[in-house]
Amino acid sequence: MTISNQENILEVRNLCTSFFTDEGEVKAVDGVDFSIEKGKTIGIVGESGSGKSITSLSIMRLVQEPAGKVVDGEIVFKGENLLTKTKKEMRDIRGNKISMIFQEPMTSLNPTLTCGEQIAESLRIHQKLNRKEARVKAIEMLKLVGIPSPEKRVKQYPFELSGGMRQRVMIAIALACNPELLIADEPTTALDVTIQAQILELIKKLQEELGTSLMIITHDLGVVAEMCDRVAVMYCGKVVEYADVKTIFTDPKHPYTIGLLNSVPRHDLKVEGELSVIKGSVPSPFELPSGCRFVTRCPHAREICHRELPALETKEDGNQVRCWIHTDQWEKQAEAVSTHE
Amino acid sequence: MFVFIIRRLFQTIPVMIGVTLAVFLMMHLIPGDPAQIMAGERADEAQLEQMRENLGLNDPLYQQYFRYVGNAIQGDLGTSIRTDRAVTEEIFTNRIWITFELALYGTVLAVILGLIAGIISATRKYSFSDVSLMIVALFGMSMPNFWLGIMLIYFFSVNLGWFPTIGWESWKHMVLPVLTIGTGGAAIIARMTRSSMLEVLDNDYIRTAYAKGVHDRVVIYKHALRNALVPVVTIVGLQFGTLLGGAVITETVFAINGLGRLVVDSIRMRDFPMVQGTILVCAVLFVVVNFIVDITYRLINKRIELN
Ligand SMILES: Nc1ncnc2c1ncn2[C@@H]1O[C@H](COP(=O)(O)OP(=O)(O)OP(=O)(O)O)[C@@H](O)[C@H]1O
Ligand code: SF4
Ligand SMILES: [Mg+2]
Repeated sequence: MTISNQENILEVRNLCTSFFTDEGEVKAVDGVDFSIEKGKTIGIVGESGSGKSITSLSIMRLVQEPAGKVVDGEIVFKGENLLTKTKKEMRDIRGNKISMIFQEPMTSLNPTLTCGEQIAESLRIHQKLNRKEARVKAIEMLKLVGIPSPEKRVKQYPFELSGGMRQRVMIAIALACNPELLIADEPTTALDVTIQAQILELIKKLQEELGTSLMIITHDLGVVAEMCDRVAVMYCGKVVEYADVKTIFTDPKHPYTIGLLNSVPRHDLKVEGELSVIKGSVPSPFELPSGCRFVTRCPHAREICHRELPALETKEDGNQVRCWIHTDQWEKQAEAVSTHE
Repeated sequence: MFVFIIRRLFQTIPVMIGVTLAVFLMMHLIPGDPAQIMAGERADEAQLEQMRENLGLNDPLYQQYFRYVGNAIQGDLGTSIRTDRAVTEEIFTNRIWITFELALYGTVLAVILGLIAGIISATRKYSFSDVSLMIVALFGMSMPNFWLGIMLIYFFSVNLGWFPTIGWESWKHMVLPVLTIGTGGAAIIARMTRSSMLEVLDNDYIRTAYAKGVHDRVVIYKHALRNALVPVVTIVGLQFGTLLGGAVITETVFAINGLGRLVVDSIRMRDFPMVQGTILVCAVLFVVVNFIVDITYRLINKRIELN
C-alpha cells in the first residue's frame, strides 16, 4: 500500500510475528508499519510486552525458530525485502549493514572472549581484515567509543569491565563495520542514570558522525525527546500512534500516548513507576480484547471500541493514529459507559 | 594461580592420609591373623611368630602405620608373596602402563564420542537424531561393563572375527576393551554436553554473535562450545577416575594384564602386600588426575568465575 520511498532506509510493512506456544498463538507483533528515513532516528515506545524487541529481532531475522516466526509482512531495507533473503545474505547484512545493541550489557558479551576479539570478529567477517588489521581497528573503535587506554582494554575480558564500559564495547562491536542502520533495544535501561546519559550522548554523537540511521527502543520518553525524529507508540503488538516527535509531545492523539505522557510529568527526570497513571494492566496475549486493544484501560471507551478494531488513520500531516476518537464515526457513537469507573 | 596450586596441593594431604590409613588398616580389619593368612594354613606357631616379627606385626599399630607410610614414600611397598618381587617393580614395569593406556584411550573415546553426540543433540533439539542419540546414551549409561564387554566379544570376535578376544598387544586388541570402558563415559559426556550446550545457546551473547553475522557453525563451536565445556571438563576428570575402577572388570573380561587384573589375581592368591600396593597406587593416581583436572578447570573457568 505504501509506495517505496527512496529516502527511507527501512520500511516495515504489515509485520506480523507470532509465537506458537502450548497455550496457543501469541501475536507478539501484529501488523506493524513504520519507516526510517536515512540518517534519522525513530523511537519505538510502549510498555513491557508490547512487541518492541520482537519487532527489532524480526528485522534482523533473529526471532528464534521454530517457536517464533514472522508470519506476514515485508521488511524493506534499501529497497529489498529482507524476508526473502537467504541465510547467507542475511549474515552479510547483520553486523555489517544493520547492527544491533541489546539491553543487557552484562550478559550480551561472550565471557570467554576478549573485548578485542569480539570487536575484531565482525571486522574479520565483513571487511575480511586479517588478525592484525582487525586488532588495530578494534583499538580504534574502543577509542572512538571513549574507552580509556584501549590498548589495554582490548586484551581484557568482559568481566573486567563495568556495565557502562561493556555497553560501550557493544556499541564498538555494532559500529565496527559502519552500518547504515543501528537498532538499539533499550541500550541504557540496565545502566546507572549518569552512565545512561553518557551512552545516549555517545550514540547520538557517533550517529551524527557516521550518518547512521537509528531505531531506538525505549520505555523512557525522556530518551525519545532527546534522540528521536519520529516515534511509533506500540501497544499489544500494534502501532497505536506514529508521529513526529514534536507532535507526540505537544499534541498527542491516542489516549495511550496521552497516558504515557501524563505519567511522566517531567521527561528530563527519570520517574519510577512511570505508567502509574494508566489504570489497569496490559491484557494477556491470550485474552486480547476483540475491538481496540486499549479498551480495557481507556477512559474514553465507547461501544464501538469494544466491537471493532480502529484502523491506523493517516492525517493530513502524515501522522497516524489508531483510535475511534479521531474518526468521523466517533460523534455518531452514543457515549458508552466507561469500562472502569 | 600459583597460590591456587599450592593450596590445592595441601588439600591432597588429608586425602592421602585417609587413603594410606584405609589401605593400611585393610590388612588389620579383615577377619583373621594377617600372619596366618600370609604364611598359609599349615604354618606352625613358630613360623607364625617369625612371620609376625618379620612383618613388624608385634609393634604398636601407629608405629606400623608410620613405617608403612615411610616405606611407601621411599617407593617400597613391600614384597609380593606370590612372586617374591618388589610390589612396586611388579606394578610399574608393565601393569600400570597398560591400565593407564586403557583408561586414557577410554577417556579419549568417551570425550570424542560424547562431545560429537552432545553437540549434534543440542543443535537439533527434539529432532529424530537428538532423541535417538539420547536413547542410545541412556543405554550406554545403564549397561554394565562386563555385559557390554561380553556382548562385544560375542559379536565382533566370535561371530564376525574382526578383533581378537583377549590380550593387549596391537591396536586390534585394544578396540573392544576401549569401547567397553569408554561407552559409559561417552554416554555421560554426551548428556552433559547436550544440557550444558542448550543452556549456553540460550544466552544473550549467542544472540549477539548471530547479530554480528557470525556463521551458525562458528557460533556453535567458537561461542557456545567454549562456554559449554566448562562443566564437561569436571565430568571428564571424574570419568578418568571411574575408568580406572572400570578397568578391573574390563581387564578381567578381556584378560588384559593391567592393574585391575593384578588386584583381582592378588586377592585370589591372598597376596596382601600386592593388593595393598596396587590399591594405593590407584588411589594416588586418582588423586593426581583430580588435581590436574581441578587446575585445568580453573584455567578455563578463571574468567567466568570472577564474573
Ligand atoms: N519466546 C517467546 N515465546 C512466547 N512468547 C513470546 C516469546 N518472546 C516474546 N513473546 C511474546 O511477545 C510479546 C512481545 O515481547 P517483546 O519482547 O517484543 O516485548 P517488549 O515490548 O520488547 O517488552 P520489554 O519492554 O519488556 O522489552 C510478549 O508479550 C511475549 O508474550
Ligand atoms: S479506540 Fe476507543 S478504546 Fe481505543 S483508544 Fe480510542 S477511545 Fe480508547
Ligand atoms: Mg524488549
